[in-house]
Amino acid sequence: MLELKGIRWQLESGEEILKDVSLTVPDGKLTVITGPNGGGKTSLAKIIAGLEKPTAGEILLDGKNITDWDITERAVNGIGYAFQQPVRFKGIRVRDLLELAAGETLTEGEMCDVLGEVGLCAQEYIDRDVDASLSGGESKRIEIASVLARRNSKVLVFDEPEAGIDLWSFTGLIDAFEELKHKHGEALLIISHQERILDIADNIIVIADGKIRMQGDKDEILPKLLAGEKGNKCPLGKDKKGGMQ
Amino acid sequence: MNDTTFSLLSILSDDFNGTYNGAFNIRENSQCAGRRSTENIKIESKTDEPGLDIYIKPGTKGETVYIPACVTHGNVDDLVYNDFHVGEGADVVIVAGCGVHTDNDEEAKHNGIHRFFLAKGSHVLYKEKHIGTGNGTGAKKIDPVTDAYLEEDSVLEMDTVQISGVDSTFRKTSAKLGARAKLIIHERIMTDGDEKASTDFSVDLNGEDSGVDLISRSVAKGSSHQEYHSRISGNCRCTGHSECDAILVGNGTVNAAPELFAGNIDASLIHEAAIGKIAGEQIIKLRTLGLTQEKAEEKIIEGFLRG
Repeated sequence: MLELKGIRWQLESGEEILKDVSLTVPDGKLTVITGPNGGGKTSLAKIIAGLEKPTAGEILLDGKNITDWDITERAVNGIGYAFQQPVRFKGIRVRDLLELAAGETLTEGEMCDVLGEVGLCAQEYIDRDVDASLSGGESKRIEIASVLARRNSKVLVFDEPEAGIDLWSFTGLIDAFEELKHKHGEALLIISHQERILDIADNIIVIADGKIRMQGDKDEILPKLLAGEKGNKCPLGKDKKGGMQ
Repeated sequence: MNDTTFSLLSILSDDFNGTYNGAFNIRENSQCAGRRSTENIKIESKTDEPGLDIYIKPGTKGETVYIPACVTHGNVDDLVYNDFHVGEGADVVIVAGCGVHTDNDEEAKHNGIHRFFLAKGSHVLYKEKHIGTGNGTGAKKIDPVTDAYLEEDSVLEMDTVQISGVDSTFRKTSAKLGARAKLIIHERIMTDGDEKASTDFSVDLNGEDSGVDLISRSVAKGSSHQEYHSRISGNCRCTGHSECDAILVGNGTVNAAPELFAGNIDASLIHEAAIGKIAGEQIIKLRTLGLTQEKAEEKIIEGFLRG
């Protein structure tokens, strides 16, 4: 179980991105964080994985305070994190990345299983470099696979896994998340705007303007998700009666 | 052969098992320490200068010839001229390599001048590894010169590696390509400490539809310095691509000067270059997979030099 208590984070410029965020990601459940862009969701994921250090607050993993742990220490102790923007390498193959993630040599069958979960055929991909020759969707799927390949994970964080993934592969991904939830019992945290991911959530947390706007059971949150949301206002006032014509 | 040669040969090629399968010539401190010719590959000593003529019969397929050279102590300045005559339609692997070792303060130096004559339609995979070993303060130097002449429809793939221990190297590679000939070069150099490595390529694309793909990957660690210069001359309808990527670690420095000459309206030439430290996000990604900072850097460099 992962708990965040009173997390605050600000940029060097002093702008506060996260303003006192407290939440719990329970084991065996899928928690989805959603909310408008720029609300602080990715910052929160980076703080969980240790890429950023909060200016205040505590992070607890199974009750243990891990706030001061670095990225490696958190990873070794079971925190997995799939980047929103996958990183590209020169000379590191898909096979290498998956084996580094698993911490051991993988058989072709094992690579087939993990790549299959993101809709890729192992035979076509394991010897390809994780570089710019991969399309956006392909590199995104390999990024997700690298997290699925981790062993002994306790908390898995996926930052917008749907971005760049086509409709057909997406179904496979939804299945993979559901399977993770039921089979392995990790605490799953997905940042997403995708309705189908929200649909399979157990809990939904809405973050806007660096704060939790609401959180709770999916059935309770989903119906009121967009209540009170307004689209961006037109700076020229075109959206107002009698505004600029 | 002496023990140092034995251990250098073991580093230079995985195929070495005390001897080689196929044709070979082992050069040790300017002397021949073993040779075997086969029915299709004849190795003969030159009579006018130090070195070998290696004759590969037309149509030879699937054979490998090994031509390693070792300098195992200081105060040796070895110079050798090796000419490879590859017959029409042959398809072979040539494994060269050079190990220099010194345990004292005297210089150990090897200059290998290799010429490749590829007849029509032949294909050669040339693998070369350079290494320096020993705790002596004497400089370990390797200055190879490679000149390749590719007749029409021939293909030369050069796969060259210098990973560690060579204090100073100056590599000079030139090639002239006939119609539809292809040259593919993968060069990898890693330097550390005060080592210096300089590499210079000159490729003339003279035959219609000839092409070159030149990929250089280098890592400069410590206070080492590397120089890269390439000149691709597209003198006809042809394609040329060069890519020079370097990673800097510590106080390493790299100077890259790629040059393209298009002497024909149908010459299509591209150069790509990138020099810098390891991208921070690459290290972070591998750390999120449980690697330490040091291990992540090591894996990134290992992959970079393999690719």
